[in-house]
Amino acid sequence: MEVGQLQRSFVEYMASLFREGFLDGQFSQLQQLQDDSNPEFVVEVVSLFFEDSERLLNDLTMALDQPNVDFKQVDAHVHQLKGSSSSVGAQRVKNCCVLFRNCCEEQNTEACLRCLQQIKQEYLLVKNKLQTLFELEQQIVAAGGAIPMVQ
Amino acid sequence: MNLGVGSVVKTMSGASCSVSWKSGGSDKVSDQFPAGLRVLVVDDDPTCLRILEKMLRNCHYEVTKSNRVELALSMLRENRNGFDIVISDVHMPDMDGFKLLEHVGLEMDLPVIMMSADDSKDVVMKGVTHGACDYLIKPVRIEALKNIWQHVIRKKKHEWKDRDFDQSTSVEDGDQQQKPPEDVDYSSSANEGNWKSSKRRKEEEDETEERDDSSTLKKPRVVWSVELHQQFVQAVNQLGIDKAVPKKILELMNVPGLTRENVASHLQLIIFLQFLYDVLIGGNHVLQKYRLYLRRLSGVSQHQNGLNNSFMGHPEATYGTMTSFNGLELQALAATGQLPAQSLATLQAAALGRSATKSAISMPLVDQRNLFSFENPKLRFSEGQQPLNNSNKQINLLHGIPTTMEPKQLADLHQSSQSFVAMNMQGNARMQQNNALLMHMSQQQQQSSRAQMLNETNNGHVSRPPLSMSQPAAVLSRNSIVDNVRGPIYNPVSQTSSIVDFSLNQTTELQNNSFPLVSSNSGMSTLTSKRLLQEEVNSDIKGSRGFPPGYDIFEELHQQKTQDWGLPNIGSNFGASDHSSIPGTLDVSPSMLVQQGISSMKKNGPNGIAPMGGPQLNLFSGGNLLPVKAEQLPDTTYQNTFFPEQFGQDDLMSALLKQQESVGQVETEFGFDGYSPLDNLPV
Repeated sequence: MEVGQLQRSFVEYMASLFREGFLDGQFSQLQQLQDDSNPEFVVEVVSLFFEDSERLLNDLTMALDQPNVDFKQVDAHVHQLKGSSSSVGAQRVKNCCVLFRNCCEEQNTEACLRCLQQIKQEYLLVKNKLQTLFELEQQIVAAGGAIPMVQ
Repeated sequence: MNLGVGSVVKTMSGASCSVSWKSGGSDKVSDQFPAGLRVLVVDDDPTCLRILEKMLRNCHYEVTKSNRVELALSMLRENRNGFDIVISDVHMPDMDGFKLLEHVGLEMDLPVIMMSADDSKDVVMKGVTHGACDYLIKPVRIEALKNIWQHVIRKKKHEWKDRDFDQSTSVEDGDQQQKPPEDVDYSSSANEGNWKSSKRRKEEEDETEERDDSSTLKKPRVVWSVELHQQFVQAVNQLGIDKAVPKKILELMNVPGLTRENVASHLQLIIFLQFLYDVLIGGNHVLQKYRLYLRRLSGVSQHQNGLNNSFMGHPEATYGTMTSFNGLELQALAATGQLPAQSLATLQAAALGRSATKSAISMPLVDQRNLFSFENPKLRFSEGQQPLNNSNKQINLLHGIPTTMEPKQLADLHQSSQSFVAMNMQGNARMQQNNALLMHMSQQQQQSSRAQMLNETNNGHVSRPPLSMSQPAAVLSRNSIVDNVRGPIYNPVSQTSSIVDFSLNQTTELQNNSFPLVSSNSGMSTLTSKRLLQEEVNSDIKGSRGFPPGYDIFEELHQQKTQDWGLPNIGSNFGASDHSSIPGTLDVSPSMLVQQGISSMKKNGPNGIAPMGGPQLNLFSGGNLLPVKAEQLPDTTYQNTFFPEQFGQDDLMSALLKQQESVGQVETEFGFDGYSPLDNLPV
């Protein structure tokens, strides 16, 4: 594909992510933070997010698998996931966290498990989307083009 | 980037970043400020941590990040001056963010910004009440971080203004230093003074050009440490009496963060204390002179104040009161014996606020009696009779003292002055207290020298037996007064402490103090009165004077042991008691201060009896109450002058007046506006 086409695809794809609520303004912030001194900043941060989230999701799974669920602990994990997801702009994941916390407050294990499931799904979705986005970027760069800024 | 467990990463602003950050506001620190602001960010979330780091670097801050609170704390402790501001998450595995907030506030007193994805009101409130200077909701945007430098400036400004204040002590302050303030405090700090004084200070500041933009309710106060006072004294000496205005003193002192108000308050305080002392020692004689002086100046100053009652109620009674006070005090001093050096030292330390603990405060309370046990041997009266002028001038000093002090402080000083000057028992509760104290003191007195006092002052009040006061009551009032006074003395008015301290030390130099005691005090020389009186006529009340060496109150106190001050009734309580006790108030408030004075006096070399020109102003002695002029001091252990002889009483009064003028209308928190009660003294 030629650069122009790649760039257009990129822009469109980015727009759709925002439109569908996968990403929010915070992601734009990250993009704006990226500069020449940190050309891979967004990728770096998103990678951190992936690592952290997967760890948290594992912890949550284990916590909810206990005979006596420690809801405080569960809530703490969810809280953190909420924090990191909001920091990168993973809006839908963040929204799930909010719901999840409500379930924790109610100490409803079933509801929590459902929430956990939901979060996992959303997480995988946004991960997939972002990875696609990054691949597009790489292709553009490989084709000698510049990555367009999307608002 | 994977920080791993317990790692700390420090990153500098990228080389490609421009050096100076364009800030719209004032760059007080440097042209490039806030670039280079050293931020410590703590968050266990690696994603957030990385993002924050990048954002902060983009703001040209110097960023250090840590994902563990313990590590962050040890970093802060190792390098106390290595950071300007801390940003911390609330929820962290190894330690609650609020704990970190508390630690940082207490140990390093750095501004701390809390952040969390939790935006529930109670958590935010918790952050505020724990002293966070800001609370950010995640996700944090770079815009929010761009302005964090304001917290650094704000905090520094407060610290400078109230330097060393955390050492100041009062019960409330002591408490507050131990725990985070309960009330909302915009500026995080665990060592803020009580709300009232802070608010008052804020109001004061708002009135002046030194407006503080901070919305904090509380501000640390300036603690006039010995060193600071030394600088102050040096500055005054350098300027000369005529020119020692707060503004210039401030400039000379060149203490960052110190404001003109601080200096003005301190100046006022010293002058006031000196006056109190003079009056106490000088007794009736001095008071008379002050009255005369005030009368003369009545046209100059328009300050009327609420002490009218006390003063005007019964002129003679006042007189009597005055003398009785003096007598009491002197006798108390005489009677109590020598204050052990240890106690003195401790007291001094306490008074100076070094041991900002209740115990320190209470110590003087307990040993109040000892405070005035300036051993009889040390008390000396100068035989010289001072002209009336001095006392008048002294009065004038008070007159001109601007009232920039905190309400509590002023109120307490008010109390003191009231007790000194107007023991007119008119149902004034405070007076009652004072009287009670006096009573207490008198009970402690061994000698009763009421004769002269009675003669002079008696006007019917005398009949009251000094011991009419029940012991417990006396003690109670004493304690209560002490409590009252404690605040100002130890805390905001720590200045007072130091001042009095000095004065006390020099107290023994009665000789230097030309207290023109009337008949009864042959030995009392009231330098202040002498000087002031003489100069008063010619001096420019507006403040061409510096500090007259009039703060010999305490000196007089010490030296007046032989004084036979009859104790007319002070108000209702004092009657012709043994007046060996020093007036309660003196005991209480000045006592605190006196404590310091005593100890410092002991440390000082002999203070020669200075003639009119001799330095006698204890309070204006530099440093640890160093004697201004050794040669002037006769062989007494008490140092008497803070300032060299150049500062006569009249100078002091002038300075006061001048200051009063310059300060402008400072609303008087006192019941009496500055020292105008004396205005009302009939001559």
